[in-house]
Amino acid sequence: MTTRDTDWDGVRLHVVTGKGGTGKTTMAGALALALASGGKRVLLMEVEGRQGIAQLFDVPPLPYEERRVAVAPATRERPGGDVYALVADPESALVEYLEMFYNLRHAGTALTRLGVMDFATTIAPGLRDVLLTGKAAEAVRRKGAGKSRGRVYDAVVMDAPPTGRIGRFLNVSSEISGVARVGPIRSHADTVQKVIRSPDTAIHFVTVLEEMPVQETLDGIAELTSLAGGAIQIGGIMINMTRPLALPPEQVKAAAAGQLDTGELALGLKTAGLDESLSLAAELAEELAQDARGALDQQVQRERLDQAGQPCYELPWISDGMDLAGLYRLAAALRDQGAA
Amino acid sequence: MNPPPPITPSAPATPRLDMDRLIDDRRTRIIVCCGSGGVGKTTTAAAVGLRAAERGRHVVVLTVDPARRLAQSMGLSSLDNTPRPVPGVAADQGGSLHAMMLDMKRTFDEIVEQHADPDRAAQILANPFYQSLSSSFAGTQEYMAMEKLGQLRRAQEWDLIVVDTPPSRSALDFLDAPQRLSRFLDGKLLRLLTAPAKVGGRAYLRVLNAGFGMVTGVLTKILGAQVLRDVQTFVTALDTMFGGFRERADYTYQLLRAPGTSFLVVAAPEPDALREASYFVERLAQERMPLAGLLLNRVQRAPASRLSAARSQAAAETLQAAGSHPLAVTALRLHADRMQQVSAQQRLAEHFTAAHPIVPVAEIPAQAQDVHDLNGLRSIGQAFAD
Repeated sequence: MTTRDTDWDGVRLHVVTGKGGTGKTTMAGALALALASGGKRVLLMEVEGRQGIAQLFDVPPLPYEERRVAVAPATRERPGGDVYALVADPESALVEYLEMFYNLRHAGTALTRLGVMDFATTIAPGLRDVLLTGKAAEAVRRKGAGKSRGRVYDAVVMDAPPTGRIGRFLNVSSEISGVARVGPIRSHADTVQKVIRSPDTAIHFVTVLEEMPVQETLDGIAELTSLAGGAIQIGGIMINMTRPLALPPEQVKAAAAGQLDTGELALGLKTAGLDESLSLAAELAEELAQDARGALDQQVQRERLDQAGQPCYELPWISDGMDLAGLYRLAAALRDQGAA
Repeated sequence: MNPPPPITPSAPATPRLDMDRLIDDRRTRIIVCCGSGGVGKTTTAAAVGLRAAERGRHVVVLTVDPARRLAQSMGLSSLDNTPRPVPGVAADQGGSLHAMMLDMKRTFDEIVEQHADPDRAAQILANPFYQSLSSSFAGTQEYMAMEKLGQLRRAQEWDLIVVDTPPSRSALDFLDAPQRLSRFLDGKLLRLLTAPAKVGGRAYLRVLNAGFGMVTGVLTKILGAQVLRDVQTFVTALDTMFGGFRERADYTYQLLRAPGTSFLVVAAPEPDALREASYFVERLAQERMPLAGLLLNRVQRAPASRLSAARSQAAAETLQAAGSHPLAVTALRLHADRMQQVSAQQRLAEHFTAAHPIVPVAEIPAQAQDVHDLNGLRSIGQAFAD
């Protein structure tokens, strides 16, 4: 068995956040696949009830139950691993919690029917988050029974709430203390908080190279850093939907300024046998100019991300629509760059 | 008129969304921009507001979470919950533009302050349960956005209100959240729990049956007794002060259905965003809420669209093989790529229009750069009106 060094060796709970529309769920799925390759067992957890994982892996909607959704690619040394998925909802997690700690399963089920569980998870806003992060912490620490005494999962990947809510979501203990100063939930929250603020956990940010997602990423990193005095480990920045530069770098500025040699371009088009090469050259030059201006903007955003001082991973834009094949490509890109 | 070809049925002509007609119509009093996160809803709402103002309407844009530079360009340097005039708007048509950023906690606090005497208000504002409810209850932001909309409407200072809905996990949240919060606050359970505090011991005994005992028992186990006490004092204070959250939620719900309100569904030509848009269109129909149409944002265009992807690719290969004209090779490759994107987006848009043939659509071409000033907003307005 060979071991590869990755940037997050030792991390067992990977929390993936990002602004809406940046591909957070996709990236969480790709990371789970990447972590599972080489015979590992990884749990991919969804907490916002959107059934995004089911759509991503093209399986029917998932219940509150850990199910295998994909086989990770094999590596040269080892066979493929398994990705399990769990759609966690606060009510089911609460029923499970009551059963585990108070042997109250029947009461829990009855109370769900009465709407009490919804009420309880609503009454204390932090409670939902504690239950969801608590479920992840439990999966991370769970050990097999009987012969297989080891950890059940090598890693847990959580498709977490978006950047705007991540600080509150992860700061469970303080959030819940507003409503529950003492009591069992409070001590449960403290346990969960310990897992989140340990080297076992890393928070990854998904972004695209646009102003607002980049700003949210930087704000999110700053928030989490100040929140716990550095106790929350910031993970990598996953830059999604990157495209290669069309033009050689030295021509980008000129193209953006509309200073490309359209005469030469027209000549080329004529040589290729295209009609109306002059007007076509002007239109194509405009396309190049638009592309170059976009590229310059992206460069600015890229430099801002570099200032965060975290490892950045660039994931290619999947041009023919996101599907399983695309997901495996992203997983490979994450592995190649050392994210998993 | 051309009959459709016999074998491959062509897509029926989609009605065009006439944005200028919508914003010029003085009967249009509220435009609600909705759609899933990350589709450019905030920018679109700002562009709608600006265009309407420069065409002579007195507009206020209620926004929730604008990008920093966009906010600055609209004169929103702080989140202060008050409509501010936007500098730099052309006033030659007699219109004006105000913009405000929603502060949900402030809005909630103001409701409390308006309706309770100072002592009681202070008591509520200091209640830990109120504090977490007003700052982090899932749905408070949506509820407060709708509450603010109601306030702006009643203020009668503007003849058009453009609302940007909160970046929820689903586009439908803002329709459901107010109902959910009011159901929760007016709910039987909450009343049951607060009964003892409200009417004293005897009522408490009456409702104290086995079921109730179990409910409070479990809740106390989960949350601790203090939480229940906080909730009790909160609801008691709230209840005596104004007539029910449900009424307020109903009022905004009716406002959304009233003539003069129009919904604009904003989407990007991507599978997820269009799926959300579909759900939304269906939901609006169910609720009998007036849909103006779909604004398809970030549509890829190619200036040289007469050159197909295939021909462009072939020409690039010819030149590449000859080892000449590298600039033309680059341009042709980029163009082929772009044409493929254009057709992929067209297919997605056609899926939507096939399912919703009567929904009018307007397109906004993808901007090469982030929009962060009034000129950028103007060009978006120009684009959706074309």
